[in-house]
Amino acid sequence: MRIEDFDLALSPLPGAAPVWHGDVDAAAWRQVCQQVHDKGGRLVALWGSDRRELRRGFVVHAALVIRSGLVWLTLSADHEAYPGIDDIFPVASRMQRALGDLLGIYPHNPQDARPWLRHSAWPADQYPLRKDFDGSTVHPATAQDYPFVTVEGDGVHEIAVGPVHAGTIEPGHFRFSVIGEKILRLEPRLGYTHKGVEKLFEAMTLESGARLAGRISGDSTVAYAWAYAMAAESAVDRTPPERALWLRALLLERERLANHLGDLGALGNDAGLAFGLAQFSCLKEDLLRSNAALFGHRYLMDSIVPGGVISDLDESGGARLMAELDVLDQAVSRLHNIYDDHAGLQDRFIGAGRVAPELAVGLGLCGLAGRASAQAWDLRAQFPAVPYDRLDVQMATHRNGDVAARVTVRFDEVNEAIRLCRLILKGLPSGAIFTALPKAPDNAIGVGWVEGWRGEVFVALETGADNRIRRLHPHDPSWQNWPLIEHAVMGNIVPDFPLINKSFNLSYSGHDL
Amino acid sequence: MHKIIRQILRSGIKTETPPESNDALRCTAQRLQDEILRRFGGALAIRHVDAGSCNGCELEIHALSNPYYNLEGLGIHFVASPRHADMLLVTGPVSRHMETALQRTYAAMPEPKLVVAIGDCGCTGGVFGESYASCGRVSNVIPVDIAVPGCPPSPSALMQGILTGISNAQGLAK
Ligand code: SF4
Repeated sequence: MRIEDFDLALSPLPGAAPVWHGDVDAAAWRQVCQQVHDKGGRLVALWGSDRRELRRGFVVHAALVIRSGLVWLTLSADHEAYPGIDDIFPVASRMQRALGDLLGIYPHNPQDARPWLRHSAWPADQYPLRKDFDGSTVHPATAQDYPFVTVEGDGVHEIAVGPVHAGTIEPGHFRFSVIGEKILRLEPRLGYTHKGVEKLFEAMTLESGARLAGRISGDSTVAYAWAYAMAAESAVDRTPPERALWLRALLLERERLANHLGDLGALGNDAGLAFGLAQFSCLKEDLLRSNAALFGHRYLMDSIVPGGVISDLDESGGARLMAELDVLDQAVSRLHNIYDDHAGLQDRFIGAGRVAPELAVGLGLCGLAGRASAQAWDLRAQFPAVPYDRLDVQMATHRNGDVAARVTVRFDEVNEAIRLCRLILKGLPSGAIFTALPKAPDNAIGVGWVEGWRGEVFVALETGADNRIRRLHPHDPSWQNWPLIEHAVMGNIVPDFPLINKSFNLSYSGHDL
Repeated sequence: MHKIIRQILRSGIKTETPPESNDALRCTAQRLQDEILRRFGGALAIRHVDAGSCNGCELEIHALSNPYYNLEGLGIHFVASPRHADMLLVTGPVSRHMETALQRTYAAMPEPKLVVAIGDCGCTGGVFGESYASCGRVSNVIPVDIAVPGCPPSPSALMQGILTGISNAQGLAK
């Protein structure tokens, strides 16, 4: 489906991502969503904003992806209500619930009307993202009884886990309904790490917001910082110098490498091969140390700012990275070989936590987990921004959708990231690494859209007066993928949950905001 | 199997010398008696709680277990329950939604309940500060003995914080 196929007035946004924006009425809103769905497109994000000071009331937005790019629709939510789209895109359900919690606008006929991000921190009749809500006010904790869906039957019992988990991971609650060891149903409850990120952005300028953007989800700091910068650059219609864009891609691929290496080790460990963790964690540590030495931060936080990047790479730095890539390449291929040959490991990986392609497409699985279930979407390959348009990114896909497939996709993506880093180091254009951005026009909009290691990170920006942010919505691919974990674990045994969960490795912080 | 052994030999021993303890990280006057310190006997059990972090600090806590830092080699290990823990590592600003869970975890620990607040967020609230959704620094919610700043603090800084927690006021690691 192409942009011309819509019977709508859509205008292209400036910037690195192919994005069109349009205001729609209620009928067109649902019709476009349905069309996109029927033609194999996806919902990327659903969010809302308070535009009462602009006399626009409340509005709800949807970002949809089709083969020619991203369509951003905006609909007025008259009387604080709008037509829901969770019947078209099931993945919209939790986004609609979060929108209700944060902005107090609700879909007609929701499939699920329970709160999602609101637990006890603010009362049900107050909405943090409304402009008249004072973000610094502390509300007395409200009592909250969350109605989990219960499974009944002979021999069924519940296991409640979290929010504090046994390992060093982020907090969330999981309610398992089991028979013996077998999982019948899993219902997660998230929102524990809600820190008021979106409200904080509203007090910031385009410059100061960059630091916060890099802390939405620490393991994806590069992806978020780039998406944020891309949104700001789109709002002011400026392109950073080419060298900065190439360096950003180098940082993004290094972030991908660090996370995949860490997870490949952890997956080996969760399946009983501690050797894998020891080996991969050394490779990851080596990479982080070079990040610190060459870019000033182990995880590359604050390296990307609107307008460019903050640190350049000199020739010796480039040569060092090139030499390290050779060592990494060899080590990964030896370890890949060992993983493939290890009968015990493969026995735990194969068939565990399977998401069949039909289910993946129906529920909108995306990112690396999506690619492991035959969902061939990768922004770097399909909508390549500079420098990816010069690198011919090879997308890694698989059809099996099990832990083994997600492991294979990660190995393939490690190899591809190594190849891309080499190409970037060879092709790095000369020139400046930063250009100061002009002040943003009032009421401008911008979009950032970046393929992070976990999947697509999306940032929608609306500017206010004086270079300030009126509204910023960051969207993590974990929104799409959390519901799929619930399906992936069905019929598996409880002790396999950590392995299955790790194979997705979704974000809590990026989701809870 | 021979491939695994070959790879282990090829990798060699990566473990580095741990840092010294640092009195500057102390928040409260040392509460521990030498006697209690001796009881740890080189086997400290740590429980980590993410009270609302961005997950950056967790990455560095994970790194502590890699062969370079090899925290386990010092007799320090992570446990799955606060009931088994001598020390609590708390990351993040404490989100209001994690406030109760953190208090309960702290209450479940046996004395002497050492608490190390990790990262700029744990020390001051960091970029998230205090708001309708965030209680800010860890010490706003439970008593804190050691605070390790950084965003995120490096693994060596974390190790130093942990070792300071179990050393006596003269800085002698047990
Ligand atoms: S200190 Fe930094 S890395 Fe740690 S949780 Fe806070 S923002 Fe994230």
